[in-house]
Amino acid sequence: MNPIQIVLVLFALFAWSRVLIGLRRGTVTMTPFVLWSLAWAAVIVVAVRPETTAAAARVFGVGRGADLAIYLALMLVFFLVFRLFARIEGLERELTRFVRADALKDIAGESKGR
Amino acid sequence: MSSRQRIIVIPAYREAAMIGRVVHDALGVADAVIVVDDGSPDRTSDEARLAGAVVIRHVINRGAGAATATGIAAATRFGATAVVTMDADGQHRAEDARRVFDRLDRGDVDVVIGSRMLPGQGGNMPAHRVLFNRIGNLLTWILFGVRVSDSQSGLKGLSADAARALELRTNRWEFSSEFVNEIRLKKWRLAEIPIQAIYTEYSLSKGQSLGGGFRTAAKLLSRRFLG
Repeated sequence: MNPIQIVLVLFALFAWSRVLIGLRRGTVTMTPFVLWSLAWAAVIVVAVRPETTAAAARVFGVGRGADLAIYLALMLVFFLVFRLFARIEGLERELTRFVRADALKDIAGESKGR
Repeated sequence: MSSRQRIIVIPAYREAAMIGRVVHDALGVADAVIVVDDGSPDRTSDEARLAGAVVIRHVINRGAGAATATGIAAATRFGATAVVTMDADGQHRAEDARRVFDRLDRGDVDVVIGSRMLPGQGGNMPAHRVLFNRIGNLLTWILFGVRVSDSQSGLKGLSADAARALELRTNRWEFSSEFVNEIRLKKWRLAEIPIQAIYTEYSLSKGQSLGGGFRTAAKLLSRRFLG
């Protein structure tokens, strides 16, 4: 194996271990765990046997297997960034609702009626 | 509702130096002033209270939009018949807030925006501010389809019904444009009246920076297209 292959495999194992730890701690639920496991397993397969991507590349009409892998990886990254963004926005709104409820609680006594 | 209850809402963050005077002036034209201290680490709350405001405090900073929405919610709880929002940095004149209240009292509009860009008034806005404002208006128009002359104005008036129905989701400066979107969604009748902004070195240091403007634009875009 080339050094890059070893690095990729080690990285994939490391990343997968983080997902596994998340699952055990309850911060990652089963569905994302399965999806992440498949993704990192795919990375390991591609790293060890790069020729597997060539077949897929032919199916999609992309010149080289490595190119296809990069396209897919980029799409995945964009998707994840988007999801993170949406989730942070949601959290921000929840936080504001919480802070507002706390702030208005103090004047509940002064307001007329309820 | 028999008695008129004019309430001014002032969102404030680190405005200890200025807030006392702003509250004092505002009390001259309103029945009550609510200052929403948006988690300031300084004496903003104390100064506002000393000057006679009702102070509501966010335990952590949530941004001008969030603070404004909290203040408007509080005003409706206090039984406001009309609500006017004002900036805490002293750039708005109490006299203009009174004119916004008067305009609302005529009963033919739901929302009033105090515009720094209408002909006849203003003209004292620094050039880069005019540019930011034009960009804000353009974005607001493209994204939400409402044309206003000063989408970023902090001096706004709402009828009691509009104040109760208002739903702002964004937390920071982009709420001004979101407010315009509410006008469209709720089919509110809008009037713009010319106001005069007082620009001092202090108030200019407090406003939206170029970077902040870009962030605002990005948030607005995401809000429009990503929900």
